[in-house]
Amino acid sequence: MNYYDLTAHEIHDLLVGKEATSEEITKSVITRIDSVDDKVEAYLARTSEAAIEAAKRVDAKITRGERIGALEGVPMAFKDNLCTNGVKTTCSSRMLETFVPFYDAFVVKKVNEGGSPVLGKLNMDEFAMGSSTENSYFQKTRNPYDLQKVPGGSSGGSAAAVSAGSAVFTLGSDTGGSIRQPASFCGVVGMKPTYGLVSRFGCIAFASSLDQIGPLTKDVTDCANVLNTIVGHDPADSTSLNVSKVDYTKALVNDVKGLKIGVATDYLQDGVNDEVKAAVLAALDVFRSLGATVGEYTMKAAKYALPAYYIISGAEASSNLARFDGIRYGHRTESFDNLKELYENSRSEGFGDEVKRRIMVGTYALSSGYYDAYYKKAQKVRTVICNDFKEQFEKYDFIVTPTTMATAFTFGEKTGSPLEMYLNDLCTVSVNIAGLPGISIPCGFDGGGMPIGLQIIGRTLGEEMVLRAAYTFEQNTQFHKHRAIIGEKEGRSV
Amino acid sequence: MNYETVVGLEIHSELSTVTKMYCGCATSFGSEPNIHCCPVCLAMPGALPVLNKTAVEFAIKAGLAMNCAITRSGKQDRKNYFYPDLPKAYQISQLDTPLCVGGYIDITVGDEVKRIRINRIHIEEDAGKLLHEAGGGTLVDFNRGGTPLIEIVTEPDIRSSEEARLFLESVKAILEYIEVSDCKMEQGSLRCDVNVSVRPAGQTEFGTRTEMKNVNSFRSAVRAIDFESKRQIEELEYGGTIVQETRKWNDDKGESYPMRGKEEAQDYRYFPDPDLVQIVVDDEMLERIKSSLPELPDARKARYVGDYGLTRYDAEQITNSRCLADFFEKAVSGGVSPKAVGNWIIGDISKILNEKSMEAGDIPFLPEQLAKLVTLIEEGVISNTAGKKVLDELFENPRDPELIVKEKGLVQISDEGALKAVVVQIIDANPQSVADYKAGKEKAVTFLVGQTMRATKGQGNPQMLNKLIKEELDSR
Repeated sequence: MNYYDLTAHEIHDLLVGKEATSEEITKSVITRIDSVDDKVEAYLARTSEAAIEAAKRVDAKITRGERIGALEGVPMAFKDNLCTNGVKTTCSSRMLETFVPFYDAFVVKKVNEGGSPVLGKLNMDEFAMGSSTENSYFQKTRNPYDLQKVPGGSSGGSAAAVSAGSAVFTLGSDTGGSIRQPASFCGVVGMKPTYGLVSRFGCIAFASSLDQIGPLTKDVTDCANVLNTIVGHDPADSTSLNVSKVDYTKALVNDVKGLKIGVATDYLQDGVNDEVKAAVLAALDVFRSLGATVGEYTMKAAKYALPAYYIISGAEASSNLARFDGIRYGHRTESFDNLKELYENSRSEGFGDEVKRRIMVGTYALSSGYYDAYYKKAQKVRTVICNDFKEQFEKYDFIVTPTTMATAFTFGEKTGSPLEMYLNDLCTVSVNIAGLPGISIPCGFDGGGMPIGLQIIGRTLGEEMVLRAAYTFEQNTQFHKHRAIIGEKEGRSV
Repeated sequence: MNYETVVGLEIHSELSTVTKMYCGCATSFGSEPNIHCCPVCLAMPGALPVLNKTAVEFAIKAGLAMNCAITRSGKQDRKNYFYPDLPKAYQISQLDTPLCVGGYIDITVGDEVKRIRINRIHIEEDAGKLLHEAGGGTLVDFNRGGTPLIEIVTEPDIRSSEEARLFLESVKAILEYIEVSDCKMEQGSLRCDVNVSVRPAGQTEFGTRTEMKNVNSFRSAVRAIDFESKRQIEELEYGGTIVQETRKWNDDKGESYPMRGKEEAQDYRYFPDPDLVQIVVDDEMLERIKSSLPELPDARKARYVGDYGLTRYDAEQITNSRCLADFFEKAVSGGVSPKAVGNWIIGDISKILNEKSMEAGDIPFLPEQLAKLVTLIEEGVISNTAGKKVLDELFENPRDPELIVKEKGLVQISDEGALKAVVVQIIDANPQSVADYKAGKEKAVTFLVGQTMRATKGQGNPQMLNKLIKEELDSR
């Protein structure tokens, strides 16, 4: 067993038992990155020296006989839209190619305080817009299970790094599925907490009312531990919830007896891949066999969720990304004669196609004369979806869907059609629209060996129920123990 | 044809909070550029706004003082446009849930009280400042960026530039009284946009209006309204029509001109700011703010008329400045004549302040010293003329007026015997004046008073001299 294959809680046990040092573990992961990242290309920036220094500090603490936290000494990495003081934070955009923040995101501060050595920054779709990480200005990240396939997105680097053993855990952000979808594609656990549970301060905004930061881990226990570290009220984020602190590891109970599961059948009919459907149905059988009951329902406004999501997120993005104007920081064009050209050329050169597409859609949706027909109507759909979930949670303890309708696709397969790319978010967007907690856990593999993800959705602040259900499934199956063998399927160059 | 001018105002006032609207940076004026800045007010990636509660309280205070209803659950909206002084490329403002709605302010026009209705007061943030360099190029100073503002929007109830000036003075007075703004126009803490239309006298529907921006003083507002109403009337008189447009006021040239189409035709794409939460004003908060309101200018004015016997006009002159009014009240608290104190304040003191470009708050001497000055005059110790000399001295080198009188030898001579001797001497020396008087020319008395005043080096009691001269002339 290599250290880089271990979960955070396994590493913690080794550290506490003095069977390994954080330095050894951190170096093992760094070596792993050295050997596989030229294939996976998850990392945009690496901070190996600082990570080793941090590991040594933890080891010193252990030597002094001091107690360490659950993630202390466990090496990790951040999605590159999370601001790191003194370390380039690019959002995978030419616009921020040279941007170095002078402040830490709230979650970065929390992770640093938690004592995790930080290995670097991870690739993503530019400004978190995309479902394959192909929209990165810098590089294509490959799926560790098959280097010809995408890792999903937008947190593709965060999912691929965990899957490849290039980080024990990572943080990503999820606006419409950007943690859960890549987690599903890469066979890892990815969770989007309740909106407001994790501070967004320092997360470069895509869509403020939907963005939420969350963990990508090797199992549910790690997920609970990372949540414990990053959850907390932040006065610097007005939308941060001020709720009493919960120990999420207490929710790791192997028992679903008597629990009621709702299945949104909308995602198990047309368009779902047969193997995905079979895996989800099999997962439901596992729950049934453990004493849970399963009921089916159809979502109200299911077919409007995706359009509403793209209107709301586009509208917010068009305004959030307006600050990238070439005036104070970020890319500034070299060719301009007046202010208008400075704006137009800086933004034309700095942003990629997908980002421009979303800005245009959002600008249009907010324009006078179209606001009511688009933005306002989308907000109404949002209300309908929220109320529908509320109704379902009067009947069910948690809701199950596939995370995605199909497993990871090959590079270039969907880049020609933005709409087809957007369909990747079909099962996940409603959860963001309603601000609910959702997790994706591995629940099988297709015929080609690609991972399949199961999505479990909870009510507002129902993280404990979600974790309990996910943990129970995990304890009664073996999928989470699977590790990608990189190069098993040699990718053709892409 | 006779025309009526119709004016509506949009007044922007910076709030005097210690920190900015959405971050902890200090609000300041005149600091070195870009000193009071942080990731939030520079709109760095990932930074988020947190609303300054004091700014909300200040806005509510202003709303209550201007008789508005308070919105109990409001939101904040983004007004999107690109400009280098606006780092987020949107201004956080309020579109359809302003904090305060439907108030009014009463102004006194001539002898009549006129009510100017207020449509709304909302909160928003100020932009930074552009500094255009002589050799080309532009620098941005973000110190002011994010300073809290309120925008006060009136109904089109104002009918002249004079009414507009009176209204603006009232607004300034109220904001000073409730201590939410320092209202320093020269520092840009009070600015306004002016909407003007004209219509034939007697017509009920409004004419087409134009909006003038960049009006940065009360005087500019008056000039801009006069210019624009004259321009519109001339346009109509020559058979033209008024185009609804935004115009820019050029204070140096004393004229306005239409802003270019692009400057004007902006689609701000307002939408609720998803980074901020509802502003909820609960009963407890509202009551607390209500009970914190001080006595307002109107109430003081009424008290000065009722208790002190001042005219409404005089009372308004004093109460328009809280500092002046406070000064007045302290001065009269010892029991001297309010009327006399009022006259000094409205007259000579205001004149000197004006000449020296000083504010009421800059008066260097104490209210008690003014009271002493008035007492010295009332008791006949010094003359009114000497009083003015004492006042000058109080501005130059403030100290006890009695001391000034002694040092400068300003004590009035009220000794009848001494004055009588001077009178006799002067009349003896001016036989022509005696003849004039006997011929019915009363002016001769004035001349002789002047001569005796000169002889007493201005220290003779003028009333007594007047009386003694007449007696002496009549006796000859």
